[in-house]
Amino acid sequence: MTSGLWELVFKGIWTTVQLLFFSAILAAAVSFVVGVLRTHRLWIVRFLAGFYTEVFRGTSALVMIFWVFFVLPPAFGWQLVPMWAGTLALGLTYGAYGSEIVRGALKAVDPAQQEGGIALSFTPWQRMRLILLPQAVPEMIPPFSNLLVELLKGTALVSVMGMGDLAFSGNLVRLALQESAGIYTYLLLIYFVIAFLLTRLMRGLEKKLKAGVGKEPTREVKVPEPVGGGV
Amino acid sequence: MEWDWSAVGDFMPQFWDGLLVTLQALALGSLISFVLGLVWALLMRAPSRFVRWPVGVVTEFVRNTPLLVQLFFLFYVLPEWGVTLSALATGVIGIGLHYSTYTMQVYRAGIEAVPPGQWEAATALNLPRVRTWQVVILPQAIRRVVPALGNYVISMLKDTPMLMVITVLEMLGQARLFAQEHFQFTEPLTVIGVAFIVISYLASLLLRSLERRLVR
Repeated sequence: MTSGLWELVFKGIWTTVQLLFFSAILAAAVSFVVGVLRTHRLWIVRFLAGFYTEVFRGTSALVMIFWVFFVLPPAFGWQLVPMWAGTLALGLTYGAYGSEIVRGALKAVDPAQQEGGIALSFTPWQRMRLILLPQAVPEMIPPFSNLLVELLKGTALVSVMGMGDLAFSGNLVRLALQESAGIYTYLLLIYFVIAFLLTRLMRGLEKKLKAGVGKEPTREVKVPEPVGGGV
Repeated sequence: MEWDWSAVGDFMPQFWDGLLVTLQALALGSLISFVLGLVWALLMRAPSRFVRWPVGVVTEFVRNTPLLVQLFFLFYVLPEWGVTLSALATGVIGIGLHYSTYTMQVYRAGIEAVPPGQWEAATALNLPRVRTWQVVILPQAIRRVVPALGNYVISMLKDTPMLMVITVLEMLGQARLFAQEHFQFTEPLTVIGVAFIVISYLASLLLRSLERRLVR
């Protein structure tokens, strides 16, 4: 491979990393908002948050990407820059998966903690902020780590829309060289390295957060939750 | 936004074709992932680390890299190596292989959850190793993991649109074809989006009832 082609690949890596970063932030925001709303005391709020989760978990990420690229622009009369369209589609879809993680972790906090907060006449928001979340967040990190790797794999989907991410640059290189074994092996290796680094990063974060609440990090993540399993 | 019901009507014949291909890919992909996953899980219990280590590395690699790129790899590289398969067959192998690295962990958890007393009883009864697996361990392990496997079938369903990139005309492929021919994107894409939600919802209901029957 020539240096020009490598440059293309590096540009692709940069786009993938950017997209991963933005969609991870959006997904995290959506997961926390929707996940917390699913524990709200009003049934209508719980229902709407649950409905969001069902719809966005129920459909396929690639179909979602197509929808955001092709159906939203004529429907609302504005066109998104590919980067934001990709961020939106991935963030909303993976946010729905993440909201289940947040809800599960909130539910797993000892009920006595909630009751303690009520006894001390904390407001619901104070209970969430000072009691529930500090204990629930460290528990969320291992499943979020799995989800982040799934999101990384999901970013490859935007290449179908012609966005110049890592997978797309790989296709260009294949066309240029008329040879595919080499470039696709490199691509897979690069994705694997990024996934490995992300896992390490999350492992470190978990250690730090769990030290804050006096717990040991879990040694190994057992069965990863099936992303997109069930509705 | 204008919604054109006649476009929905026109799309329907292609939709059913696409649905059929999607379900075919799903059924075959599930089958491969169930079988291969079990093979990986059993190999990971092999006594020699020269078996466990490569299997562990390969499955970890497949699990942490995008299915899309794996599909490209199979689709473009296999012919270079002299293996020519149809697009659907390539896709089914890709998706089955990818998900086998997930189901393997499900099986592992199921096997580990079989109480040690069952192993000891098999030893006490002098059952040979193969029989122990066949009639004691696996029936109990698999019964426990059926719901988890079902969840992966649902996530596999949501990954079948990726087969479009290797020219398989499943639901999304048909929708794109229709959209390009008639220049109407909204209707076909919305129809298949709703179809995915409906199918995965029905599948999860089915799964829940199955779970009630199997796991007690």
